[in-house]
Amino acid sequence: MSDMLSIKNLHANVDGKPILKGINLEIKAGEVHAIMGPNGSGKSTLANVLAGREGYDVTDGTVTFQGKNLLEMEPEERARAGVFLAFQYPVEIPGVSNVYLLKAAVNAARKHRGLPELDAMDFLTLVREKMQLVKMDEQFLYRAVNEGFSGGEKKRNEILQMALLEPALGVLDETDSGLDIDALKIVSDGVNALRGKDRAFVLVTHYQRLLNYVVPDYVHVLANGQIVKSGDRGLALELEKKGYGWIEGATARA
Amino acid sequence: MSKQSIDALVKREYTAGFVTDIESDSLPPGLNEDVVRAISAKKQEPEFLLNWRLEAFRHWLTMSEPRWAHVHYPPVDFQAISYYSAPKAKTDGPKSLDEVDPELLKTYEKLGIPLHERARLAGVAVDAVFDSVSVATTFKDKLAEKGVIFCSFSEAVREHPELIEQYLGTVVPTGDNFYAALNSAVFSDGSFVYVPKGVRCPMELSTYFRINAANTGQFERTLIIADEGSYVSYLEGCTAPQRDENQLHAAVVELVTLKDAQIKYSTVQNWYPGDEQGRGGIYNFVTKRGHCRGANSKISWTQVETGSAITWKYPSCVLEGDNSVGEFYSVALANNYQQADTGTKMIHIGKNTRSTIISKGISAGHGQNAYRGLVKILKSAAGARNYTQCDSLLLGEQCGAHTFPYIETKNPTAQVEHEATTSKISDDQLFYCRQRGLSAEDAVSMIVNGFCKEVIKELPMEFAVEAQNLLGVSLEGSVG
Repeated sequence: MSDMLSIKNLHANVDGKPILKGINLEIKAGEVHAIMGPNGSGKSTLANVLAGREGYDVTDGTVTFQGKNLLEMEPEERARAGVFLAFQYPVEIPGVSNVYLLKAAVNAARKHRGLPELDAMDFLTLVREKMQLVKMDEQFLYRAVNEGFSGGEKKRNEILQMALLEPALGVLDETDSGLDIDALKIVSDGVNALRGKDRAFVLVTHYQRLLNYVVPDYVHVLANGQIVKSGDRGLALELEKKGYGWIEGATARA
Repeated sequence: MSKQSIDALVKREYTAGFVTDIESDSLPPGLNEDVVRAISAKKQEPEFLLNWRLEAFRHWLTMSEPRWAHVHYPPVDFQAISYYSAPKAKTDGPKSLDEVDPELLKTYEKLGIPLHERARLAGVAVDAVFDSVSVATTFKDKLAEKGVIFCSFSEAVREHPELIEQYLGTVVPTGDNFYAALNSAVFSDGSFVYVPKGVRCPMELSTYFRINAANTGQFERTLIIADEGSYVSYLEGCTAPQRDENQLHAAVVELVTLKDAQIKYSTVQNWYPGDEQGRGGIYNFVTKRGHCRGANSKISWTQVETGSAITWKYPSCVLEGDNSVGEFYSVALANNYQQADTGTKMIHIGKNTRSTIISKGISAGHGQNAYRGLVKILKSAAGARNYTQCDSLLLGEQCGAHTFPYIETKNPTAQVEHEATTSKISDDQLFYCRQRGLSAEDAVSMIVNGFCKEVIKELPMEFAVEAQNLLGVSLEGSVG
């Protein structure tokens, strides 16, 4: 099977400062890749570059998504093409009900695929089904987007959005941060339910903990803007035991 | 998204900016007693009205322009304005729609105002004021069955002079303020509504105002009287051609509710706002006031103000009847170089009077938006209550939001609450929506409409949709 996402020699600056310094990564449909690394290694920058966030300037390299040049696409075009970013800090939008945003997002994606837009009733049926996946109460539909949500509720809301949009590639930016064990399980169950042969995931995480629940096919360690080590799940366990100092020390010696 | 793109998104196209090529009968620019007399004569007014105008004019001469508002503009040259412009007609005025100049009807069609069949389908009775005169009122017969009078102000002066004489100027006196005095002296037309005792007006009443001729001012006068136990919902809409010079619009609206009566007054104001550099646009200096004269009566103002270079208006309620209720729901948008200084006055006189103020200000581009409100509770107003909520939304870095609330209470049993917030559409919010597949324009429109929701829901259904679209269009290109 051909690559879903192909990242070659990716360099990116934030505020003029080089953060990514030559990332190479190939991801095929059906695979789950975990990106780990110490704070400041460039993990979240990679996630934001993939989503096309303003202020993250690509200075070199290419990113190809399903055969298309991802870096040329606007953020909403990437989203409609099937790139989903679960935010580390989901944004509050006062006055806009959650259900309104969800419906607008789903219909934007459907329109892009040439499908008819869902009306209110059909959408409600769909969203109720998906909410069970992340054990969310229906009242969250009618509250303003993320306003007054707890940390766990915000993250569940992200997974709900992903379940509704059914992206080809899900990028989860530290979705596990700030979650208690129950919320972590709910979020992980949601992600696992979405795993499939046509869908790939990039899990950006600082801790190994999430990977106990969402078991990755590959683990990559990012340090100083480069992938310094790749392996399978065993690498994550080793990191947990030895800490990132072990990797950083190794790269310094290399 | 960068600031640049927010600014790009709030850029707007004004779609009502065309000029209708029509012959008009205008007075030369300038203002003196002869002009006031000429207007009155053209309208064949009774003696009392001419005297009323002259008294207003003499008072106006002693007054000076108010300068306390948070708006800036060069002094208006009142001698450069023509105070009367009417589409030329062969006879005195159109007797029916068939006699209205087809060019005029085309204009209203372009603006999406249904005068013919569409009016009937929509169930909305429309009075249309073009420059200074009212050109057509639909549905008069159906309303007459119920005894509702809905006609142009000039017609009301001819047909119902006793009602005019009884009520005109009793809510906004001739000397109330500079622009109200000017309007009283030179007003040319407007709308008049009288709803008799116990009648619930069977349809929405609507007026569309249109300034067409250059260098003219529009000074219309609206008077609505709801007799005991009656109800009426009234909506006005406004547009004007795109011109480089500023044009003055100084209207006066007076509402009177007697015992147990209710008036719901909604405005969707889309006068030409000027271009991106702030050239041209309408000066919208308007006095609107309602008088809850009888017990248990209610006056509700809802306004969506997206147009005009400068807006200066404070739709107010004088709550005299015991248990009477005043409401003010407002969305004011200031984009590019628009300036808005708007709000309300709630004057509590009667016992257990209640008022609610919900104000939503949106500033974009270089726009400046000020809320100015007065809640005054007199000694007689035992048990009076007020709730005020005043929210500002900023788009971009160059705009401003200002709040000037005044509260005076002279009765210790009164309860007054005031809440205020200021927020910004952030780049994070935009990126979040775009990452979910929404275009930046749709995202801004969604956030703005969410912000205005409490006000929009107060509008009659068919106009709520129009208002939402207008907010979307007005902010087009304003995100960046």
